[in-house]
Amino acid sequence: MEALLRAHGITRRYGPGCALCLDSTGADAGTNRCPTCGSVWACRDVSLELRAEEALGIVGESGSGKSTLVKLLHFDDPATSGYLELARLRQLEGIGGIYADGCDWSRDLFSMDRYRQRRVRDASMGIVYQHPHLGLRMGVSSGGNVAERLLSAGWRSIGAMRQRASHLLERTEIPLSRMDEPPRNFSGGMQQRVQIAKALSGDPPILLLDEVSTGLDLSVQARVLDMIRTLREELRLSMVVVSHDLGVIHLLCQRTMVMKNGQVVESGLTDQILQDPQHGYTQLLVASQLQ
Amino acid sequence: MTTAPTTQTSVQPTAVPASNSVAETSSRGSMLTIRNLSKTFRLHMLGGVELPAISEVSFEVLPGEFVGLSGPSGAGKSTVLKCIHRTYLATSGEILYRSAHRGTVDLVSVAEGEILEFRRTEIGFVSQFLRVIPRVGAQDLVAEPIRLRLGVDLETARLRAASLLDRLGIPRKLFSAYPATFSGGEQQRVNIARAVAWEPRLLLLDEPTASLDKRSVDAVVELFAQLRENGATMVGVFHDPELLERITDRVVRIGAEP
Ligand SMILES: Nc1ncnc2c1ncn2[C@@H]1O[C@H](COP(=O)(O)OP(=O)(O)OP(=O)(O)O)[C@@H](O)[C@H]1O
Ligand SMILES: [Mg+2]
Ligand SMILES: [Zn+2]
Repeated sequence: MEALLRAHGITRRYGPGCALCLDSTGADAGTNRCPTCGSVWACRDVSLELRAEEALGIVGESGSGKSTLVKLLHFDDPATSGYLELARLRQLEGIGGIYADGCDWSRDLFSMDRYRQRRVRDASMGIVYQHPHLGLRMGVSSGGNVAERLLSAGWRSIGAMRQRASHLLERTEIPLSRMDEPPRNFSGGMQQRVQIAKALSGDPPILLLDEVSTGLDLSVQARVLDMIRTLREELRLSMVVVSHDLGVIHLLCQRTMVMKNGQVVESGLTDQILQDPQHGYTQLLVASQLQ
Repeated sequence: MTTAPTTQTSVQPTAVPASNSVAETSSRGSMLTIRNLSKTFRLHMLGGVELPAISEVSFEVLPGEFVGLSGPSGAGKSTVLKCIHRTYLATSGEILYRSAHRGTVDLVSVAEGEILEFRRTEIGFVSQFLRVIPRVGAQDLVAEPIRLRLGVDLETARLRAASLLDRLGIPRKLFSAYPATFSGGEQQRVNIARAVAWEPRLLLLDEPTASLDKRSVDAVVELFAQLRENGATMVGVFHDPELLERITDRVVRIGAEP
């Protein structure tokens, strides 16, 4: 399978940084906060490669930087350093200045202007946030939420947008009778499904899922996961899957990265990570989750 | 691979370093050449204690052969299988695999992407337990690899899945039920069906029949025999020594001599 996205040395620091930061933060130091200057290294020197039609899992304890990483990939938050490239994608051909002549890979997308980043994102990625309120406007109708994303991707015909929105909501099992209702009225599972519909609206090759099924009760979780599996196959999606739940990772992901205090401590084939974890932290994580 | 004896200028794409010509030579003809394979687990939670699981295991498997692994409990039979599958990372040694399309590669060190590709197209693993998938019924669970790996349409895949489940004695009324609620033996048969449905070229069997009654075991044995007729190579661990002797061509003993 060919690589679709690659990121190198992605770092996000909140705070001024100081000379002592690097030695006093990270997995070995056991904290992401520098005791000297108070900076938080939410994500530090993370490199990854996502291949076509592959799901890459990201696990790690709360605060390890999983959501930060996903938000950086989605240009929601600017990286402090590192670069991000996408393979030559048909969806991006229309955006000027992305690819140098004859190159299979884009230029560094982190150093592009906001306008281009937004266009790249709208054309190539969809995201489902850990907190539905980050991804949805709770007071706007569900159809309107999807249409908003279409609008930002350049759609103009109200009729076409409505049709696309109802198609997507149907695919994510939101009854059409409820399309005009705001997500505020919905259960957690339904809100996540509206987020999925919105994420898929631009027909992106890449889907970023941040704890998509966490906190849902088991039967609702099963339904969401089943839907993701079906959509992945049909739409040939590549996915980055963040989850606390190793079962979800095992179900969806071929490869997995383990994060701690902003750093990747281990990565490998998912079954290897679960059955033969190398790093002490991963061993603890696996031992705590599987009886 | 019908060319003259290997020289340093072989154009065959291979992950084995060109200097490793000894390995290349002796693995010729065999499907798997396992050499000095060792695996030690290091448990960080217990202060880094080291648990040696296997040490210096070597054996070969010829194409079309069914090799059984025997040895006392804890000798590391499953460990060998899992190292071949890369579920475990070998500590040292090599596992030379003559793949269908990529020449001979060392499964210990070849890139993860290659391993995933082999698992998708060549190498199958049958574990002792079924991993259920939420909201997917027995027949669809078995049809899935047929569809995805062989590019067969849904209807055909479901038919093939049904005939496989029939052969293994799963009652039709269970076909659309969720295997999470099945008995241990039923789950195990669904598991075997799902794992062999796409007819991998190399099949690793880790106690696939542990909780089956005699009738089911016979059905499974017959199925394995047919897979071999179709060209599959197999390496397997079975809890029942008589069964092991009966269905394999050759038994390799793992661990200390008795
Ligand atoms: N805007 C911000 N300013 C300062 N620190 C932040 C900011 N956003 C995140 N952090 C910090 O960055 C670290 C990583 O947070 P992040 O949300 O990425 O963790 P996570 O791995 O997603 O955790 P969880 O599993 O709880 O969702 C945390 O210590 C968090 O407090
Ligand atoms: Mg998070
Ligand atoms: Zn500092």
